[in-house]
Order: sequence, then C-alpha cells, then structure tokens
Amino acid sequence: MSEPAVGTVETKLTKKDFETDQEVRWCPGCGDYSVLANVQRVLPEFGIPRERFVFVSGIGCSSRFPYYMNTYGFHTIHGRAPAFATGIKLARPELSVWIVTGDGDGLSIGGNHLLHVIRRNVDVQILLFNNRIYGLTKGQYSPTSQLGMKNKSMPMGVIDYPLDPVAFALGAGATFVARTVDVDSAGLQDVLRRAHAHPGAAFVEILQNCPVYNDGVWEAIEDRRTRVEAGLPLIHGEPLVFGAKGRRRGIRIEHGTPRLIALADEDDPVAAGVTVHDERHESPAYAMALATLAPPDFPIPTGVFRAAERPSYERLLDEQVTTAVRERGPGTLEGLLHSGDTWSVE
Amino acid sequence: MNKAQASADRASKTQHPQNPNERKPHERLERVAIRFAGDSGDGMQLTGTKFTESTALAGNDLSTLPDFPAEIRAPAGTLAGVSGFQIHFSSTDVRTPADQPDVLVAMNPAALRANLADVRLGGMLVLNADAFTEKNLERAGYREDPLPDVRERYRVVEIPLTKLTIAAVADLGLSQREATRSKNFFALGLMYWLYGRPVESTLRWIASRFPDDVGEANRRVLMAGYHFGETSELFPVSFEVPPAKIEPGVYRNITGNTALAWGAVAASTQMGRPLFVGAYPITPASEILHELAKHRNFGIKTFQAEDEIAAAAAAIGAAFAGHLALTVTSGPGFLLKQEALNLAVVAELPLVLVDVQRAGPSTGLPTKTEQADLLMALYGRSSDSPMPVLAPATPGECFSIMLEAFRLAVKYMTPVVVLSDGYLANSAEPWRIPDTAALPRSVVSYHTEPAGFAPYHRAAETLARPWAIPGTPGLEHRIGGLEKQDGSGNVSYLPDNHQRMTDLRHQKVAGMARDIPPLELRGAASGRLLVVGWGGTHGAIATAVDETRADGGEVAHLHLRHLNPLPSDLGDVLGRFERVLVPELNTGQLVRVLRDRYLVDAQSLTKVQGQPFRIAELRSAIARLLED
Ligand code: SF4
Repeated sequence: MSEPAVGTVETKLTKKDFETDQEVRWCPGCGDYSVLANVQRVLPEFGIPRERFVFVSGIGCSSRFPYYMNTYGFHTIHGRAPAFATGIKLARPELSVWIVTGDGDGLSIGGNHLLHVIRRNVDVQILLFNNRIYGLTKGQYSPTSQLGMKNKSMPMGVIDYPLDPVAFALGAGATFVARTVDVDSAGLQDVLRRAHAHPGAAFVEILQNCPVYNDGVWEAIEDRRTRVEAGLPLIHGEPLVFGAKGRRRGIRIEHGTPRLIALADEDDPVAAGVTVHDERHESPAYAMALATLAPPDFPIPTGVFRAAERPSYERLLDEQVTTAVRERGPGTLEGLLHSGDTWSVE
Repeated sequence: MNKAQASADRASKTQHPQNPNERKPHERLERVAIRFAGDSGDGMQLTGTKFTESTALAGNDLSTLPDFPAEIRAPAGTLAGVSGFQIHFSSTDVRTPADQPDVLVAMNPAALRANLADVRLGGMLVLNADAFTEKNLERAGYREDPLPDVRERYRVVEIPLTKLTIAAVADLGLSQREATRSKNFFALGLMYWLYGRPVESTLRWIASRFPDDVGEANRRVLMAGYHFGETSELFPVSFEVPPAKIEPGVYRNITGNTALAWGAVAASTQMGRPLFVGAYPITPASEILHELAKHRNFGIKTFQAEDEIAAAAAAIGAAFAGHLALTVTSGPGFLLKQEALNLAVVAELPLVLVDVQRAGPSTGLPTKTEQADLLMALYGRSSDSPMPVLAPATPGECFSIMLEAFRLAVKYMTPVVVLSDGYLANSAEPWRIPDTAALPRSVVSYHTEPAGFAPYHRAAETLARPWAIPGTPGLEHRIGGLEKQDGSGNVSYLPDNHQRMTDLRHQKVAGMARDIPPLELRGAASGRLLVVGWGGTHGAIATAVDETRADGGEVAHLHLRHLNPLPSDLGDVLGRFERVLVPELNTGQLVRVLRDRYLVDAQSLTKVQGQPFRIAELRSAIARLLED
C-alpha cells in the first residue's frame, strides 16, 4: 500500500473536522446527540490523524453513529460489531478502533460477541449506549429494562431480570470498565480519554436517555440538582463518598458486600471506615461489588471501575507472527509446496 | 539398518523402486483397490495414509478415500465405531477410489460386517483371527460365525495378528495393551510385502515420530508383518503394480483440504497482500484452519472466532482493512454466515468463503459427503443478493481454485463462494507441484487518490468499487448495510436508486462470465448425450464416460467449475446434444438451475447416501439414456 503521504497530525484538528455532511437523524432531545458532540470534541486531543480512526457499529439508534463521524466507519449487522472490529484491529493494529453499540445490540443479539471481544482484550474502545429500551424498533424492552416496566412487547410489565452492563463486562474479564452519563460532558470526556489511553479492550457504559420510548429512566443522575445524591463519582485513591453537605455518606465494601456509612461534614471518611477506590485492585471482585450498587438503596457509581494491565490480543498475535518469521524465516511458496514427502517423475 | 536407510533415501527419490521380494514369484497387476478397516481406535487412517505415501513413492497413480465415524471413540467392536480407508492404485490413470475393493483388511468382525458387501466377489479378505471371538462376533451383531459362509465366496486369509504382534515385541517390556496397539503396523507391513511397496519412508517416519520404545515396537511389528508375508505359506505369490506413466515433474500427495489451504497461501504470496482467516471449528473443514494456523511465518493471521458468524464478520472486517480475507466452514456454518455475507455483498468487499459440504440438513452426517449446498450458495440470503460460486473438481484443483477465487474477489470487489465437499476434503491424489515462478503474480493495489474519490464510484468494465482502506488520508468514508447511493455511497432510501443498485450488483456478478475460459468437453463436441457434473463427482463421472466411450457409447462429459455466473457458452454447448444428464449428490440442484436458465430438458441422477457415486451407477444411468 502506498502509505499515507502526510499525516494530518501536524495541523491541529478540531471538532469540526470530525463532523460529516450527513443530517443527524436521531429524535430531538435524544441523549445520543450529546455523546456524539463529546466524542467529536475529544478525538482531536489524541494527536491521531483522522484517517486512523474507524467507528464500527451494529444495528439500533446508537449504531447510526459512524455515519456522523468524518472518519472511516462501518455500520454492520445486528450485534456483530465487535467481530467486525476485531477483524479490523487484528489486520491493522495501528488503527484506533471504536465500537458503538446499545443495550439491545450489545447485550441481547450481540452478547456473545461482546463477551469475547472483552475476554480477548482486543485493543478497541466499546461505547455501549444504555437507554434500557429498543428505540429503532419502536419501544420493546431490552435486557437492561427494569422488572415490571410496561412496554410494547410486554404490556403487563417485564418479567425477566435485567443485566447490568458493567457486571457483564467484569464477568467477561474486562481490563477496563467505566460508566458515564450522556449529558455529563466533563465526566464523559474524561472517561473517553481514559478509554482511549487504555491498551486493551476498554468498555464504557453510557447511561443514555431515550425521550421517546423511555424518558427519564436515568433522570435522577442526569439532573444536576439530584446528581450529587444519585451518583457516586469513582476517583482512584479517593474514598467512596457522595451526597451534599450535611447529608454526606460513604460506602464500605467488605467481603464483597457494600454498606452505607453516614458521615458528619467534619468526619475523615477513611478513618470512618469508608473504602478508598482502587481501580487497579488485583481482584475484579472489588469492582464487581461496586457494580452491584444501584438505586434505591445506593447511588449509581460513575467513572472508572477497573483499569488492569494485560497484553492485548492483537499484540500477542503480532508477536506470534514475528516469532514465526524469526525462527523459520519468511515463508516461501516454493518451500511450502515442496515440504514433506515428494518424488520426481522423469 | 544403516545400509537400508541409505538405500531408502535413494529409493524415495527414484521413481521405480524394485520389488524387494525376490523369493516368491510375483504376479503383475494393472490396478488394485485395498480397504483397511478396523475399530476407530485401531489406527486405520494412519495405516491407509502410510500405505498411500509408500504407493506414491512406488510411482503409481492413486486415489484414496477415508471413511470414518462421526464419534471420536464409539464403543469398541461395534459397527458404529468402524473406521475405513480405501486406496486405489494403478499403473494407468486413476480418478476414483474404486467402487469395489479387491482386498479388505479387517481388524475385527465389525469391520468385516460393515465392509463385506462392498468387496468384489472372489476378492481377498485379510482378517485378524484373534479378534474373531464369540464376544466380538456378538458386538458386531453376528448371530453365528460368518466365516464358513464367507470362505466360500472370498479368498480368506486368517492371521493371528494380535498374537504375532505381541510376540514381535515380547522382550521390550511393554504392557499387553501397549504391545497390541502396534498391530496395525503388522497389517501395513504385510500389505507392503504383498504389493511390493517400499517400507523405508515409513521406517523413517516411525523413527522421527515416536519415542524410543514405542518407535522400536512399531518398527519391529512393521517388519514382522513384512517378513510374515515372505515366509508364511498363506501367500504363495506377491503382486507387482508397475509404475504409471505420469507427466514428468515433482509430485506429492495432497488432499482437498490441504490444497485449499495452500491455494490461499499462494493467493497471498502472488497478490502480495497478507491473509486473514476467520474460522470456527467444524467437520470437515477444520483441517483448513489447522493447516493455515501453522504458517504464521507467511504473515498469516488465523483467528478462531467465538462462532461461525463472528468468523465471517472478522474476515469481512479484515477485508475492509485491506487483507485478503478467508472464512472456512461447512454447510451448517455457511448458513450462519449468510447474514454477514449479505453485508459483504452490499458493502462490496472482497472475501472468499469455503464451504466443505457435508451430508444432511442440520447436523446430518458430519463426516460424509454431499453436494447439497449449491442452492443455498446461489439463493440462500435475504433479498436479491448475487454472489459468484466456484467448485473444484479434484483435490489438486482445490489449489488453483483458491487463486482464482481471490483474484475474482479483489478484481470485482465481491464475496466469492468455493464449494468443496467432504469427499474432496479427505481424499488424496498425487499432485504435480506447480512451478511457482510461472504462477501469475500481480500485487493488489488499494485506492489512494483523494481527488474525485467516491466509495461507490465504479470501474467502467468490472463495475467494481474502489478498495479504499482505513489509514489512507483523504478517503475517510462510511460503508454499511443500509442501501447506498450509487457513487457517493451515502445512505439512500430513494426507490430509483435501490432499483439501480440492485441491477448493478447483478450486472457486476453476471459480468464475471468474461473471465471464464471457453468450455472444454471430454468426448465429442456434440452428439447423443452430454453428462454435466460439478464439484467432487468429477473422477467418477469422467471414468464412467471414458469407459462408456471405450465401449463405443456416444457420450461426452462437461464439468462445471463456475456455477455463478455460468459460462457464457454453456447454452450453446447444451443445445448441441440430444440429451443431458446431470448427476449430483443431492436431490437435484444444478439440474434445476440449468432447466431454469436454459429451458433444457435435462435428466437428473441423484444420490444422497453420504457416499460418492459408484462408477457402475453412473454407467448404467448413461447406458439407459443412450438406449432409449
Ligand atoms: S428512539 Fe430514542 S434512542 Fe432512538 S433516536 Fe429516538 S430518542 Fe434516541
């Protein structure tokens, strides 16, 4: 291939460089708009030429994402984006590959692929938009819909238990797991930067509002006024504390079980027994315990749950190729065809 | 031993090793078919493979067919656990493993019972007498001893194979179980003597393959079998099958699966682009993945995916990123991959899918052969989704077809299906190794020019869209499953555009007929009867047609390698014959396509038993059509 002649890294890119001329077709007020804008805002910071980005998606509202990114993009088939992205990344590890999926696409039809891209630790960024509903097909319940929620396909209420995306990713052996909120630009951008910097599969759950079919499902954590009570910011090295002045509480995790600790404003949370967040904890059980935190008894943790180091799949695969070439020399067709028993006929 | 080793080295390089047996008289034969049969744990596949290698070194033309049970280890001694390997070798042309073996080596009563009906009447049965116990007879389902009756119809040679094996290794301190494990080598050695095959390559292989004590046991047992033939009065003569007249060159044995794998490697070296292989384990295609996984030093990236769907999807992803992409599977996996293939059709990305067809719907008969995925390859996707389809005719042709499939995939920017089958996958034939310097070589180039770039801007002649890969500055674009606007590639819901894109996709695949050379027939260019086949039935049909012609029958044979698009001269060729017969290992698939396309009154001959056609079956069908 004639390699890229001039990288565009030198000229500083802006948000505009990542916008396409295609009309964005999400419903007015959809949480996807905010995510798109923040992704377009963060990408220029990475110092990577635009042509090295590839956005890969499946099917669903969020999966229209690649059409709005002025990068390379592949809008694939329902649930299978992780498999396409794996092929792209293994073929060209120098590319920055982003998977955009949703709770239906990623956790229902595509659960198997999501599991395995995480397990293999392919160095991709996975953005899972969780609106707890099927939007594009007009309002059926998804694997993350709450019990009892009434919807088009279960008018008397959901009777299957919801899946937590963070717990799913941790269970699959994720080396990087984070959660953020569509409208929280600062938090979202922060997590995107961390996900990009992580060498391995980076899983990000984005709590996203679907104003048409599941409006307000994340209201408590999206609303600035209630966010301090409803959310628990995860900051590495800081105690797990949330709540406004006068109502501060901490969380202690002991033997995998979380417990609330009421704190007076002047209390030292650590001295009071509040757990200090450690995203590099050697056991994923700690992050799993955090993943069980949910309303009504607990706030929703946001931020980085876990960031562990493990070699990525495409790197190990490349190493096998390098080793094979070093040990056996570059393969030749002539050598291959004549290997083993041959005989001549004159 | 050293001396033997030295002469062995020479023997393996020279073409006509002498029949080493000089003590007993030997009789000259033109052709022989032998079937080795035993319990699946008896090592019959290995025995057959070694006999094949030795026979190739002896300069014969040959064809082989393994027949193994789907279960890895069915209960010992039962019919379900019988594993067989047939080899047909000759001093003249051989194209099939033969309808009826002349010799059956049966390691137990179940192997006898499962195979006896196939053996030529009056043929030779070599039996392990030690295994014919009451209990084993019962396990095989025999109510009474079959041997008295069998002895009247066949030449039965009963040898206490287990006892002789144990005796041969008596002083090696092996357990009884370990010792008897070598007994297949006794049978192998005996057959080597009987048909004057060289033993040296097998001795070398044993030395390199097994640890010292096991290797020594196998070596001794092999030689014990060989000397038993020489000394025992059970065999008054040995046989000689002189070398065949074969086109000069360097040869090797090759199975269809290996040839498919090597053809993919060759595509990569000749097209100058790395190969990516997405696969999920499935019988009988897994060996292709295994073979390619061995060759990382060619820069090949094999990827065992979580399922069939992901295997195809990852390959398509790699194609988007500029690799030569391959996915290999069998029918049930092909079915799962259709969704991804449909995307490749719309995204217009190059991909090669190999389907090693197996028998039956659903799990069916995983280890048996069939040709019943043709209609699925042609029509098995949602909506209008044209895809080129090729089928190799012989194990050796599996190599060249992969070169062609990749060349077409890239030239026309389309997924291409290659339909192999379980018979081609496992059967072996001597293959003249092509001169690699003479293989066409042309490095594939990607589109890199930003000026005037549009992802669906098509080349005038081929209608192919440009292959513009991520990483190329100025060509950033999005593709996907939503209908694309002609040219720009933007999402389009316009009615006229969908009509145009559907038509273009059809025209593009139809236009590939330009690349198909004129058809070649075996026999006259016109006349009473044309037999049209495709895929792995080639050897049987060609033999049946040749035999009929030798007897004066007016028949010709056409074997189709291109099933979509069909060759542009096919209609003319069909029209030059009074009658057309289409034999297929399905319930009539190609015949439907031909009737539909050419309104020809083609007759169908079908068989779905998990077995290849017998030459006799084809001959009688041909004879019937020639008579009335
Ligand atoms: S249906 Fe819901 S998720 Fe989909 S675009 Fe509309 S608001 Fe957004």
